[in-house]
Amino acid sequence: MAKSISQEFVKGLWDEIPPFRLVLGLCPALAVTTTMKNGVGMGLATTFVLVCSNLLVSLMRNIIPSKVRIACFIIIIATFVIVTELVMQAYAYTLFQNLGIFIPLIVVNCVVLGRSEAFASKNSVLPSLADGMGIGLGFTIALGLLGAVRELIGNGTITVINEIQVFGPSFEPFEFMVAPPGAFVALGLMLCIMNIIGKK
Amino acid sequence: MRDMIKMVVVLTVLSAASGGLLAALKDGTKDAIENQVLQNEKAPALHAIFLNVSNDPVEDRFKVMDGDVERTVFIGKYDGEPKAVAFDSSGSGYGGDIGVIVGVNIEKDELIGVAVTTHKETPGLGARAKTDKTFIAQFKGNAIPDEYAVKADGGNVDVLSGATITSRGVAQAVTRAGRIYERIKPEILENLKK
Repeated sequence: MAKSISQEFVKGLWDEIPPFRLVLGLCPALAVTTTMKNGVGMGLATTFVLVCSNLLVSLMRNIIPSKVRIACFIIIIATFVIVTELVMQAYAYTLFQNLGIFIPLIVVNCVVLGRSEAFASKNSVLPSLADGMGIGLGFTIALGLLGAVRELIGNGTITVINEIQVFGPSFEPFEFMVAPPGAFVALGLMLCIMNIIGKK
Repeated sequence: MRDMIKMVVVLTVLSAASGGLLAALKDGTKDAIENQVLQNEKAPALHAIFLNVSNDPVEDRFKVMDGDVERTVFIGKYDGEPKAVAFDSSGSGYGGDIGVIVGVNIEKDELIGVAVTTHKETPGLGARAKTDKTFIAQFKGNAIPDEYAVKADGGNVDVLSGATITSRGVAQAVTRAGRIYERIKPEILENLKK
């Protein structure tokens, strides 16, 4: 527990990057990463929920009775998820339509609940915030990357804000990659690359 | 015992605070969300129903009371004259409610078009109700109010192949729209006079 705040932040970007190292939060990671924009959008929504819930759980960690802590965490998380959903619906409607059911499902995303339980409920506010931001950013990068790879191979485009044609009109898209099985393949390859790099 | 009370108090306070916050936020974002739904879901459907209108139906809309339900009515003006209205209806499909916008010519009491807005039907099967032009065109030009049923149920609506339940849902929505129209017509006419 002698880690500095910056270390808490950085660990989420590599050592504990959620979908690749912890292999948590796979449901949204696999389902919505059909384009880079969707992946990043989902990542940012999760980051917002993660940071807010970490903050609140950490603030209330001495008040919440341990027997009902999970219920309390879920209430806190669910509140922020609905906040995200309403705000997204009001100001980013197309993204809201694309992400659909996966926004409300952030409530049961084990990354969010996992950080509340494993970290925020045992640490003070600043490290919890850093942890939330780090893990959230890691999740966003991972989903963005996964989305970019799948979109590039499966559709020949990269969507940042608008769709950009990368391979030109003669490219024959490998549609398998944007279909659900492609998500598993892309994730598997990513894990493989991570393990090769991370091997000592 | 003290533990017990603490648990109950903490959970109650937390839930109440969360409920209050969300109610306030829901209220705050209501208009923005309604606007987004109009722009993103209703506008394309209205465009498909009202061909060659001289106004923007999303702009020209008013609300009427149908019993205790509030309904939004969109006006279609042709050469500046309000000749048609469109409003929402719904029927039960395979994956939940199918939202349908129905356009009615108020002079002839005739359907001028039907368009599916929101649905949760199976992609490639029921979801074709939104895109299949011939399916939707069947309703055009029919008198309203009228009963619609798919051919399998002894009616006159051709189903989308592989999507009988969806087709039934759309037929149901159009039938309901006829009933709604009957009820709200006096109010519509009164509003148009203004």
